[in-house]
Amino acid sequence: MHKIWLISKREYLTRVRKKSFIIMTFLSPVLIALFYGIIIYFSINKEIADDNKHIVVSDESGVFLNNLKSNKSITFSYRNVTESEIKNILKNGSVYGVLMVPDSLSKESSKIRLLVNEQPSLNTITNIENQLEILLKNKKLSENGIDKKILHEINQTSVEINTVKLTDNGSENGNSGVTTLIGFAGAILIYFFIFLYGVQVMKGVIEEKTNRIVEVIISSVKPFQLMMGKIIGIAFVGLTQFILWIVLVALLSIPVSALVMNFMDVGTEALTKGNDTLNQAKNAGVENFLSDLGNFNFGLLIGMFIFYFISGYLFYGALFAAVGSAVDNETDTQQFMMPITMPLIFSIALAQSVVVNSPNGSLSVWLSMIPFSSPVVMMVRLPFGIPTWQIIASMICMALGFIFTVWLAGRIYRIGILTYGKKPTYKEIWKWFISKN
Amino acid sequence: MMIIEAKSINKKYQDHVALKHIDISIKRGSIYGLLGPNGAGKTSLIRIFTQITQADSGTILFNQETLQSKHIFEMGYLPEERGLYKKMLVGEQLLYFAELKGLSNKEAKLRLKYWIDKFEIKDWLGKKVEELSKGMQQKIQFIATVLHEPKLIILDEPFSGFDPINSQILVDEILLLKDKGATIVFSTHRMDSVELLCDHIALINKAEKILDGPVNDIKQQYKSNQFEIIYTGSALVSDELIEVNYTKEKNGQHTTVLSLQNLISTNRLVQHILNNPIDIKGFREKLPSMEEIFIMAVQQKNNFKNA
Repeated sequence: MHKIWLISKREYLTRVRKKSFIIMTFLSPVLIALFYGIIIYFSINKEIADDNKHIVVSDESGVFLNNLKSNKSITFSYRNVTESEIKNILKNGSVYGVLMVPDSLSKESSKIRLLVNEQPSLNTITNIENQLEILLKNKKLSENGIDKKILHEINQTSVEINTVKLTDNGSENGNSGVTTLIGFAGAILIYFFIFLYGVQVMKGVIEEKTNRIVEVIISSVKPFQLMMGKIIGIAFVGLTQFILWIVLVALLSIPVSALVMNFMDVGTEALTKGNDTLNQAKNAGVENFLSDLGNFNFGLLIGMFIFYFISGYLFYGALFAAVGSAVDNETDTQQFMMPITMPLIFSIALAQSVVVNSPNGSLSVWLSMIPFSSPVVMMVRLPFGIPTWQIIASMICMALGFIFTVWLAGRIYRIGILTYGKKPTYKEIWKWFISKN
Repeated sequence: MMIIEAKSINKKYQDHVALKHIDISIKRGSIYGLLGPNGAGKTSLIRIFTQITQADSGTILFNQETLQSKHIFEMGYLPEERGLYKKMLVGEQLLYFAELKGLSNKEAKLRLKYWIDKFEIKDWLGKKVEELSKGMQQKIQFIATVLHEPKLIILDEPFSGFDPINSQILVDEILLLKDKGATIVFSTHRMDSVELLCDHIALINKAEKILDGPVNDIKQQYKSNQFEIIYTGSALVSDELIEVNYTKEKNGQHTTVLSLQNLISTNRLVQHILNNPIDIKGFREKLPSMEEIFIMAVQQKNNFKNA
């Protein structure tokens, strides 16, 4: 154990002190925050992306006359224009487009045309369409004598089923979107962790092989100790990075969210219609969100996350180590990576479709038992509430699974690391596996 | 007193036999040479001693005990394929290797100090290995091999990649370590390079040991009573006592290699030659080189098999 500790300490320290680690750890949350900040900023202030456009409205019906609201990107002006004038107006350059509204609108709203020189952005079109729609709706409502307020109330009717699961201990509230999302986030974290750091293990093994250092080490420690030391050391590197990321993201999200909120207010103020509905919906959502959080057994979810996070990484990390030991350079890894990465990609793909839609279907149950897919699939299933025996069975399978892969990888590794030359075939790897030493 | 006693070691890899009934005894405090061409099985044998792999059959005693994992702390191994962590600092790397060999961090630092002074490498400790020249890296690797003061030092092709100056430093260090009581095992395919250094040798060819013993004994055993004479004057010719094998002439100076027709003493031979009108510049018994012995031994073995 002492040697495994020594080896993992070296792996940990040399990696954590690398410039690339420090840069990656501190820069990526900043970049991600910046990235999302920019996306959120532009999605709220869509108009910013567009230059101001002057649109001349020629409204023969009179429905929209002086009712269209100008904003940062669109300015409306009104005058009647004949077909023959359009070309001249557009040629002028200061006018972006001419909106031609025909005399009668009741049935043929599709006759409204926007004549332009260049294809307008989707934003511009939606903006105009929305405004026209609301105005036209209001006109129809008053024409038919329907009270706007009554309609508004009717429209607000919403039904939400509160699922209550009956268990032996009484009843507990079921899950809804929020906890599903948390489970899913856990699954994705596990997926990325396995990929990012599993590949690190593989690269580390190849590095030791190509540096020819492995024989020196193997004369002091057992190959298995070297392999485990490496896997554990890199796991701690990953955990360190994740923890730092979480802390940094939490710290960064305060200014970013403040910024976003600021823009949000500006954005919501700009919304003239349906403001109340939006707020009410928001409040209802927040209430649901909070009650979901309160109802859900977070201890279980976090405990399971840590278990699958570590065991899943060990399971795949050992396989990555075996691949690294079998080849001399990274270009040769492709062939052996496939059987390892496919189940992982497969399980994240199925988690997004089959498992979410039918979390207790037989396919989902099976996927959460097989160690190749269970770390990802189980995290997605957990929020839906699953029988305790399934959780225990899955954990036992996972534990057996990683003991098995660590053993299997160890057998391949001990021969692989001392074998140089041409890329081995699967048959040769099998021979390594069964050979006595 | 033997530090290693290996009996009837067999090792087979998937399709080929690496070692066949090898018996080897290595005396404590000696310098032992494992000689043989590439692929003969030297490295396979060394890997069994260092417990990187295990023999299929056979027994190995280390200081009269069955070889077991605790013994690796008493061995230092310099593999043929050298390697260090390129991105790691020299000092940390040396401490790491020493700790893997069972030294405490404190002890390792203490012993490292001796080597720092000896090789004057204080300035290197804070550098990454990749910043060092190849010769420097070789020295670091050598320190890593012996830092934990092993009783048995195994060096696989130690001189490959060393320039003459560094080779000499290495030889001096090896002799010093021997004086301190360490046993040193060499393996090399450049047979002449270690015959002066080794007390004992074993010749290995195609997985089999074909010859072993003290270097001097082997040389005597294989000598063919040949003499080399350097002289000026008229060239020697064969007569009833001597047979001239060949004569080379350069700038009026002859070098003749001759063998004796009958067994006579060296004094008698010199007297006999001086009957000729020559002026002797040099005279020595021509012992076969290790390479020549190797070839003879392989031929004998083959003849023995064919007979």
